[in-house]
Amino acid sequence: MSDTLWSARQKATWKTKLGLAEMLKGGVIMDVTNASEAAIAEEAGAIAVMALERVPADIRVQGGVARMSDPKMIREIQDTVSIPVMAKCRIGHFVEAQILEALGVDFIDESEVLSPADDQFHVYKHEFKVPFVCGCRDLGEALRRIGEGAALIRTKGEAGTGNVIEAVRHMRTLMDQIRQLARTPKEELMTFAKNLGAPFELVLEVAETGRLPVPNFSAGGVATPADAALMMQLGAETVFVGSGIFKSADPKRRARAIVEAVASYNDPKKLAEISTDLGESIPGIDTRQLSDTQKLALRGW
Amino acid sequence: MKSIGVLALQGGFDPHLRALRKAGADARPVKTWDEIRGRQGLVIPGGESTTIGKLLVLHGLLDSLKELLGDGFPVFGTCAGLILLSQRVVGREQPLLGVLDVDVARNAYGRQTESFETSLPFEGTEKGSVPAVFIRAPQIVRTGPGVQILSVYEDLPVCVRQKNILAAAFHPELTDSAVLHDYFLSLV
Repeated sequence: MSDTLWSARQKATWKTKLGLAEMLKGGVIMDVTNASEAAIAEEAGAIAVMALERVPADIRVQGGVARMSDPKMIREIQDTVSIPVMAKCRIGHFVEAQILEALGVDFIDESEVLSPADDQFHVYKHEFKVPFVCGCRDLGEALRRIGEGAALIRTKGEAGTGNVIEAVRHMRTLMDQIRQLARTPKEELMTFAKNLGAPFELVLEVAETGRLPVPNFSAGGVATPADAALMMQLGAETVFVGSGIFKSADPKRRARAIVEAVASYNDPKKLAEISTDLGESIPGIDTRQLSDTQKLALRGW
Repeated sequence: MKSIGVLALQGGFDPHLRALRKAGADARPVKTWDEIRGRQGLVIPGGESTTIGKLLVLHGLLDSLKELLGDGFPVFGTCAGLILLSQRVVGREQPLLGVLDVDVARNAYGRQTESFETSLPFEGTEKGSVPAVFIRAPQIVRTGPGVQILSVYEDLPVCVRQKNILAAAFHPELTDSAVLHDYFLSLV
């Protein structure tokens, strides 16, 4: 066994990648599809925006192959806001990732929301200067993505449903497994790693530190300020909100309310005030009625 | 033991807590006026300066904090913290504390792919150098007469002090070095 942690042995740029992820803690990252939505998000206090052509709720309805956004739209958003701009590439589509890096996006989300380009392999993220965020449903998936070079993890939830149940399930699963790992004796760790399908060295690190080596955010189904505060109380360090804002009746008010809810996530009196009179939420979907082919969270290997 | 609050409204407050504890301080996250005032010094971490500024306004902290820092309460700001302490941001209107006599340009070292690590000369201590991580860093484009320059990168000041106000464009808290945190604690 090596005497320094896996995290401490990564290449120089690891610090700047992980550093940006640290700076994004305690906030809201909003999906936007054009420059004017990006301006609304920034004005509301978003810490970053995710530029994409269609929000997940529309991808669900319209179907077809969902791909990386048009660089024109990404540039317009970069020119409009001063906060970090993220963009999505398809799982395994390393050329889309190269293009996004060339555009100077601040973070790439190798995302299950887009149609996967590879049904076996993810992008080898260590080779990029730009940091990556990836989704997970459990600790094994989180550590595989970190092993490939992701500097930030988000639990997947079920994007575009406006239903927080899957986000809660994934966050609870991840946190339970981390707690379990922290009290597992050393001689059991290799089998623990085998059962999770996770890199052994990262399992050792989590067992020693009791936390993921990168920040842990939440995504997929957050629709209300209460949903956002719920994910924070369950252990998320920041919340991604996709369709929940711009598919609601009053995006400006809702965006601001969700930012305020994350800042005051354990103050129920404030949350009551923040949740008042926001207009209609995204209608939402019962995730039990989705077939496996409709579940985006099952994408990722 | 000196008691320091790290402003925990948004951003990279965890690494500051770790660095301050390593430097021997009793460090705690602070979010409210009473928590802030109850400590001997304050750290404003990196993060998104626009978001932190809006939250300071929302929580009714901006004006009282401005007064407290103006009266000499020790404060250390890094990256977004430097922006919030500054008097003016070039080309933008955003809520600021305005207690440090410098102007800054946001993201002036480039986007995330231009973020970098380096080692810098540091005039505050005898050790003489400090490792620095620059992440979408702001540039200090003007310094007032009462501002002492402690560190320079490519001809521009990147770490400055004005009485009890210490500010850096980079992130010392993301390195193993506690030089700047030690220096800040010596001001408290």
